This record gives sequence, C-alpha cells and structure tokens, in this order.
Amino acid sequence: MRSRTVVLSILFAALAIVVALVSLSVGTTKLPLADVVEVLLGGGRRGTRLVVLELRLPRVATGLLVGIAFAVSGALLQTLSRNPLASPDIVGVNSGASAGAVAVIVLAGTGGGNISGVAAKVGIPLAAVLGGLLATLIVGALSIQRGVVDAGKVVLIGVGIAAAANSLVAWLLVIGDVNDAGRAAAWLAGSLNSRAWSDAIPVLIAVVLLLPIAMMFNRDLSALVLGDDVASSLGVRVARIRLMLLVIATVLAAMATAGAGPIAFIALVAPQVALWLTRMERPPLLTTAMLGALFVVLADLLARNGLQWAQVGPYELPVGVLTAACGAPYLLHLIGRQQKGRL
Amino acid sequence: MHVENLTLAYVADAPVVDGLTLEVPSGQLTAVVGPNGSGKSTLLRGMSRLLAPKSGRVLLDGKDIHQLPARELARKLGVLPQGPVTPEGITAAELVSRGRHPHRGLFGRLTGADDAAINEALQAVELTELRDRPVDQLSGGQRQRVWIAMVLAQGTQHLLLDEPTTYLDLAHAVDVMNVVHAAATSGRTVVAVLHDLTLAAQYADHLVVMGDGQIAAQGRPVDVLTAALLDEVFGLKATVVEVGGAPVVVPDRRLAG
Ligand SMILES: Nc1ncnc2c1ncn2[C@@H]1O[C@H](COP(=O)(O)OP(=O)(O)OP(=O)(O)O)[C@@H](O)[C@H]1O
Ligand SMILES: [Mg+2]
Repeated sequence: MRSRTVVLSILFAALAIVVALVSLSVGTTKLPLADVVEVLLGGGRRGTRLVVLELRLPRVATGLLVGIAFAVSGALLQTLSRNPLASPDIVGVNSGASAGAVAVIVLAGTGGGNISGVAAKVGIPLAAVLGGLLATLIVGALSIQRGVVDAGKVVLIGVGIAAAANSLVAWLLVIGDVNDAGRAAAWLAGSLNSRAWSDAIPVLIAVVLLLPIAMMFNRDLSALVLGDDVASSLGVRVARIRLMLLVIATVLAAMATAGAGPIAFIALVAPQVALWLTRMERPPLLTTAMLGALFVVLADLLARNGLQWAQVGPYELPVGVLTAACGAPYLLHLIGRQQKGRL
Repeated sequence: MHVENLTLAYVADAPVVDGLTLEVPSGQLTAVVGPNGSGKSTLLRGMSRLLAPKSGRVLLDGKDIHQLPARELARKLGVLPQGPVTPEGITAAELVSRGRHPHRGLFGRLTGADDAAINEALQAVELTELRDRPVDQLSGGQRQRVWIAMVLAQGTQHLLLDEPTTYLDLAHAVDVMNVVHAAATSGRTVVAVLHDLTLAAQYADHLVVMGDGQIAAQGRPVDVLTAALLDEVFGLKATVVEVGGAPVVVPDRRLAG
C-alpha cells in the first residue's frame, strides 16, 4: 500500500510536469518543447525567455500550486469529517474566501478595474484567508453536537454558509463599480488567465509551509480515522490536532482561492480519485496533492485551447468552468451514494 | 489500577458514576457487568481519560492518569471502546499496526519490534491468514478479533475492553474470551465490560456488578452471582446453578396466563 502511494505520487508528478511543459509551449507563439526546456534550464534567447518565464510560467505555476493547495485541503477536510462530501468547495470555505477577496476587489478598487499595490498583493489573500476562516468557524460551531462535530451536519450547514457567502458576493458585485465587478466576476469563475508571479507567490508560500506540516501529522490522521476515542487512547491529542489541521486546510483553500478564484471540484474529486487508486482508508496527502496539480494544469490546458483544437473558434474558457462541468456529475453520484447509505 | 472516589457526569449535577472506588487486581481478568445504562462504559471512559472526572482520580502504577503525558499513558493503557467504527478499505494488518502509534517517532517506519508485536497480536487472535483482507469484508467475530489484536499490539500492561463479545454468537464470543483471558494469564491487567453473565462468570477472576453508577457487589464470581443479587440489580428472576465451579444463570420463564 505504502509503496503504491509513492509510485502513484511520482507518476502524477511526472504527468503534471509533462502537461505543464506542453502548456508552456502552446499559445499565440508556438514554441518547440526543446526551447521551453532550454529556457527552464537557464538558456534560450531573450524573446523566448520573456514569453516562457514572464507570460506563461506564472500561469502554469499558479495552476500547479492551487491544484496542490485545493487537493490537500480537500483531503484533510474529508478525513477530519469522515465525509467524502466535506471539501472546501462544498462546505463554504471557498465561498467565504471569495467573499473576502471580492470585498477587497470591489471596495478597494480604483474603478479602473485594476487594484494596485498593497491592496492587491496582500489585501486579497489576507481577506480571502479571513473569509475562509470565518466560514470554517461558523460551520464548525454550528455542527458541533455534544462536543463532537457531526459529519453529516457539516455538509448541510456548509452548503448553507456557502449560499450565504455567495449572496454576499452577488451583492458586492451589484454595488461595486462596473469594471471592478467585471474583474471580480471573471475571477469568480476560477481562472488562470493573465496570472502574474504576484498571484503565484502567496500560494507557493502557503504550500511550502503548510504541506510539510500537514504531512508531519500523517500518522495522527491514520489514527484519527479509527474514531476520536481510539485515536485518543493511542496517545493522539485529538482536539488540538483537529483544530490545527482544520486551520491548515482552510488557509490552503483560501490562498488557492485568492490565487486563482474558487476553482470548483478539485478539492472534492482529487482526494477521492487518489483514495480509489491507492485503496487506502483515507486519501493519501502526497498522491492527492500531485493529482490536484495534474488536474488543474490539464484542465487549464484544455480550457484554454480545447475550443480552438476542436475548430469551434478562438475562444478560451476559464479553467473553473471546465472543472465544474467535469465535477458536477461526480458530485451527483456521491450524493446518490450517500442517500443510499442512509436508507 | 486504582479508582478513587470517581464521579463522572455528562451534564452537571447528574452523575452517571457516583463516587466509585475500585481496586483492580493486577495481572487478572476483571469483568464488569450491570444493566444497560448503569454506567459501565462511562466508568471505562473515566478510567482511560476519555472523560474527565468531576471529582476523584484514577491511579495507574500509583500515578494519576491525568498527570501523565498522552503518549506515555498510551504505552501503559490500551482501550477498546464499545462498537468501534471500522474505516472502509483498511486491511487487518494495517488496522493492527495502528496500535503501534504510541511507540513510533514522527517519521520512523515500522521497526522490527513493531512488526513482531503486530504479528504476535495477529497470531494471538488467530487471524494471521487473513492479515491482508479488508476488515469490512470479515465476519463480525473476525472483525472484533482484529480490533482486539490492535489493542494487544499496543503492548500495554493494562487493557480496558468495552463489550468485546457483543453481537457475536456463543462460539465466537468464546474465541474472543479465550484471547482476552490469555492476555490476563500472560500477566496483563484486563478489565472487560461484558453482557453475558454466564460468560463473565466463566472467565473472570474478579467480577464487578454495577447498578446505577455504583458498585453493587464485587468478588469471585461464585460468591457474587446469586439469585438475590440478580433480582436486586437486574430485576431478573433467575436460578443460579454451579457448573464446574462457575455459576451459570438460568432465567426463570415467565409465561403469560
Ligand atoms: N455522551 C453522553 N452524553 C450524555 N449522556 C450519556 C452519554 N453517554 C452515556 N450517557 C448516559 O449515561 C448513562 C450511562 O451510560 P453508559 O453508556 O455508561 O451505560 P452502560 O452501562 O455502558 O450501558 P450499555 O450496557 O447499554 O452499554 C446512561 O443513562 C446514558 O444515557
Ligand atoms: Mg456500554
């Protein structure tokens, strides 16, 4: 089992890199893969370097990183709540983060459709994290029964909180300047369009800091799936570890949302695919992370070029539209299965 | 283990276990019996730090369990709660390996000692052949034995088991009790909550009868399990007969008309 997760992690990481390289080579100027690799290794001509490093790499890097962040967040929440439906995109974390980010875009916007400087670089991620934490806090507090979080309630209350946060977003879009609102609306679909390094770096920091911390608690998570009482009798400090991992999951999803918008279903689907492939009793973090990265860059490559390749026309879709289209059927399947389990 | 004046409650002013004192004999099998809701599970939770006491304390080797670091306690005291939930997809060997949690470092893989403990525990419950089978595909009795192996692999001197034989037919219950008894014979201190009075009397060195949050009687099964006590604590009219030195409870039939 262990070796299987390692092999799959390496496989998905390799696939994600291949897709990322392809993604770096296609676009208005087509570049041979060899040129892309040359640039990444530090060589290449200046023009090529500019296209690859400044225009395309930030988008691809943001895609890889938000994929990891969403997927790991989903794996943690699903494990902690013992419910495959409890992922940040379903239980309101992404919506809360969106509300925070949109509030900054709209309220601090210059009206030019562009907010600049400190407000954008720090304000959006910060507001997203606050919004996400607030959503988590409310969902957590409302679903606690007799001191323990009720797994079934988490999802129902989470969906309610998501709806509330989404209506807040809608209201912000209405009262905001039309240009700011337009920018916010495009971002809300979940888009990697025209990402800059300033979008990638906050997500990079979150992933580099939080993924290793989460992995340090892998063994405690393995005990937690046996139930809080068993875990606690095995020496796990359940309440403390739950709280910490909950905060990590929330911050990861919120930072990813700040970086690329609330891209739907990555957090829901990646952990379950990893679970199914590894046949473990909980989603393995590293395999899930690599799958998330692969899913996002692949979906972005297809969303950006699919309509062109299919000869439909020179249209680009936001990546979130594609993931939503693929993820929705799975969600329905999952709800159907849970209903059956209840009866 | 020593329980001193222990009071446990879920809501204030409604103690479920009320000022209970109990000296658990070391290296023996103590069975706790009592009617539904009499506080057996609650007592076990209080003895294992899953529930903080309102007053009183539980001493393990002379130390208050609430003063011990979590990991240190987990190396001394193993607990099997009532009706643990088996996660989907986990194999028997993996579930048993979780018992090694308190012995392992942050990143270290399973050591030779861990593997030995896991194999020994699987052997004790006679499930070595099924070690790679998913636990949710095993029979109820096999599943229960896997859970017991998990606690055995924890390698603790003290074991608290809450209803390890519930839902098992008599043959499987006997299998499980043999394992539990063997653990005590090998020198561990075992406390098991049991429902089947006859089974409890067969295996226990020390029998504790709980009624309404208090100890109604305790001692050797032959001395404790009398018709009068069953009537008083369980409200059960029964005849107690002795077979091979152990009491057997035969409920009186109450036929209508
Ligand atoms: N989590 C809880 N919150 C509130 N009350 C509880 C809780 N758990 C148990 N109780 C109450 O405490 C009392 C004792 O319950 P306990 O589970 O200890 O009984 P028990 O002797 O183990 O019963 P059983 O034989 O049915 O397992 C019962 O009245 C029960 O309703
Ligand atoms: Mg009980």
